Amino acid sequence: MKKLSVYLISIFLLFQTSLFAYSSIPKDFINELVVEVIDKLSDKNIDKDQKKDFISKVALENVDINALGLYTLGELRKSSSESDIADYQTSFKKYFLKSLTSRLSDYASSKFEVVGADKKSANYTIVNTKVIPSDGGVDIKIDWRVYTKNPEKPLIRDLIVEGLSLARTQKEEFASILNSNNNDIRILIDKLNEFTNN
Amino acid sequence: MKFIINLKKLAFALVIILVFVPNANSTEECFESTSRAIFKFNMALDDIILEPLAKGYNKLPDPLKTGTSNFTSNIGTLLSIPNNVMQGNFKQLGHSVGSFAINSTVGILGFLNPAERIGLKPSKEDVGQTLGTYGFGAGCYFVLPLFGPTTVRDSIGMVADTFVDPFAHVTIREKELLGASGNNLDYYSVKATGTIDFRADNDRNFESLEKNSIDLYSSLKSIYLQDRENKIKNSVNNQDEWGNLDN
Repeated sequence: MKKLSVYLISIFLLFQTSLFAYSSIPKDFINELVVEVIDKLSDKNIDKDQKKDFISKVALENVDINALGLYTLGELRKSSSESDIADYQTSFKKYFLKSLTSRLSDYASSKFEVVGADKKSANYTIVNTKVIPSDGGVDIKIDWRVYTKNPEKPLIRDLIVEGLSLARTQKEEFASILNSNNNDIRILIDKLNEFTNN
Repeated sequence: MKFIINLKKLAFALVIILVFVPNANSTEECFESTSRAIFKFNMALDDIILEPLAKGYNKLPDPLKTGTSNFTSNIGTLLSIPNNVMQGNFKQLGHSVGSFAINSTVGILGFLNPAERIGLKPSKEDVGQTLGTYGFGAGCYFVLPLFGPTTVRDSIGMVADTFVDPFAHVTIREKELLGASGNNLDYYSVKATGTIDFRADNDRNFESLEKNSIDLYSSLKSIYLQDRENKIKNSVNNQDEWGNLDN
């Protein structure tokens, strides 16, 4: 029992300290974060739920989910009521975390390398990386859009995989759902909840 | 010489056609409900035929897979050559011609890729991309049975590809070019193998996308349009679209 408590406390401390230990330099921030995520996901001593919790904590701390939710909602964010936006953000956050966990688990056994970084403006730096699949497949180029308005706390806003923006893909997917449903945000919220609950 | 005359006729015909094509925004659908039905049909075909073939292909020994991939890719480079000329992109023309010449000879009919080791990296170019570089808009979006996502411009380009592609010239057109000739079977075998290779390479990506999409049709549409945009610009679009969310 004592051993178990020590183990649990160690895991808790490990996750807690690691969540606040990333560098504020965008290139190092991405490198440290991704290396740690890959490390945890490929650790056979951690079960599925612990991995899920870890990804959720890392994402909540380091991804600008709020801005991402508003971006993917498109123009509708300007005309929707505050309560609808709040409901949407709650559903989007759950959807995003579930989807992120699933996507990351698919690529957990890959190797990762930071190639460079390009400061686009005071607010954005694009960090260029590549993922080397463990199955010997072709390297995958991933660019990370890092929001640096607060230089002390960089946040991830988008992943551009082989030139394809995940945020834009998500935005266009939502736009299509909204277009087919008379721009009714409640239907989009229902679809997000349906995905999360399945 | 006759081949070049045909090219000129084709280029002229395409310009005339595209002048009369409504320059609709590429995110607009030509006929969404029909496209969605075709998409379902294509997905069913993928489940029954392409996916099992891709999974089987992925079980082949790595050198065989890499060799096959190199072989189809090397033949695909032939289509880039006339398109590099039409785009006036002579640097890429050098990469395409050099890569094809080296891989077809030193690389044993393209099964090996020594050209890459000496820095030759030809980008894939087709007539749809060439038209894009000329400033022709994509036109509306739709899905074709078997061929998948496309736009008005890209579908016209796809037909035109068979006229400018030297490989199509010697196979489906049954002409002789520099002593080489072939037949329909050669053409369709290479295209089918290239499709299986692509599907196998992206098997995990397809599964992940299918699992995590609320509307797979729209996700694939977005991915297709972004990919074409990047290929026409020959660069990755990193432009800031976040607007007032920066504040």
